[in-house]
Amino acid sequence: MKKSFLVTTIVLIAFLGFNSFKCNEANESAGYLIGDAVSDFKLKNVNDTFVSLSDFPDAKGFIVIFSCNTCPYAMASEDRIIALDAEFKPKGFPVIAINPNNPEAQPADSFEKMKQKASEKGFTFPYLYDDTHSVYATFGAKKTPHVYLLHKEQGKNIVKYIGAIDDNVRDADGVKDRFLANALYELLEGKEVTVKETKAIGCGIKS
Amino acid sequence: MGGCKDSGSTTEMGSGDHAPPTGFSERIPIYDFDKLESKYLKINSSETYIINFWATWCQPCVKELPAFEKLYSQYQNQGVHLVLVSLDFPDKLETGVIPFVEKHDLKGEVVLLDDPDANTWIPKVSESWSGAIPATILLKNGTRQFYEQSFTYESLEKEVQNLLKR
Repeated sequence: MKKSFLVTTIVLIAFLGFNSFKCNEANESAGYLIGDAVSDFKLKNVNDTFVSLSDFPDAKGFIVIFSCNTCPYAMASEDRIIALDAEFKPKGFPVIAINPNNPEAQPADSFEKMKQKASEKGFTFPYLYDDTHSVYATFGAKKTPHVYLLHKEQGKNIVKYIGAIDDNVRDADGVKDRFLANALYELLEGKEVTVKETKAIGCGIKS
Repeated sequence: MGGCKDSGSTTEMGSGDHAPPTGFSERIPIYDFDKLESKYLKINSSETYIINFWATWCQPCVKELPAFEKLYSQYQNQGVHLVLVSLDFPDKLETGVIPFVEKHDLKGEVVLLDDPDANTWIPKVSESWSGAIPATILLKNGTRQFYEQSFTYESLEKEVQNLLKR
């Protein structure tokens, strides 16, 4: 039994090693998976205060969205993110938006420009600056926008859904499937989320 | 505005590839994913296809394009093809994509992918793709290699040379 476990492990390691060699850096930082507990963070908000998940003791969970000022896909999602906060904050799931981009790579994603964006768009939610560009990496976010839906269970924030807001980033009127909202409705009804992961095109994070 | 409502009819334009080109919009066809897949992603040829997903608004994509163009110009005669799949919004074709292609004198074949249901088609490109661009496929003999990363000329040339040896 032990031996076969060892062989399996060696084969697995060899396989993974080969794969990561072949695919270069694509799969190295996996980040959180469905069911993982998220580590809390402390990031600066556009109002110059610091925000952590522990600042929301009454929240049932969080809609964490990695977003930015500049990506056309993020910009196309802004009004939908505001609407999600309006709908789900009263139900216990506030939006927490995080800008992971390094302003040295994308000057228009600076903290000052974030303040401008939040004020112009009237953001009703924290818009946090991942100034060490580490929180997004811990999550495993690859792009903007990239959503992580968290559900508080026994004091831990558990990842319940990862992916897109809905099935049509470009055109809010063309949306047929509201992936994130559907997951939230299921959580609010005490059900398991059925569609746990979705994919969408986004802007690679500029770190 | 070439909104998504028009995508059905503009997709049909793709079959008019052989019509005499009267402007860039004729030369940059708009495809939905099925059309893109059947036309390029399922090619089973001994020649090498580099299929790069990019957009004019994507800085790292724009930065790596010269490497792709240079490689294409140097390896074209060894049966290497370059397909640049723009993910710009279709209403930016005339105002963004065409001026960009003209300005940079892109020699690769540029097509625009207009298919909003990315959750369905991204895994068909590669199960491992998060959806971030740039992303690139190298295709030969019906086998795809997928890369969610930026390339330099050297790193791209290395991958292509490996394929050419096979």
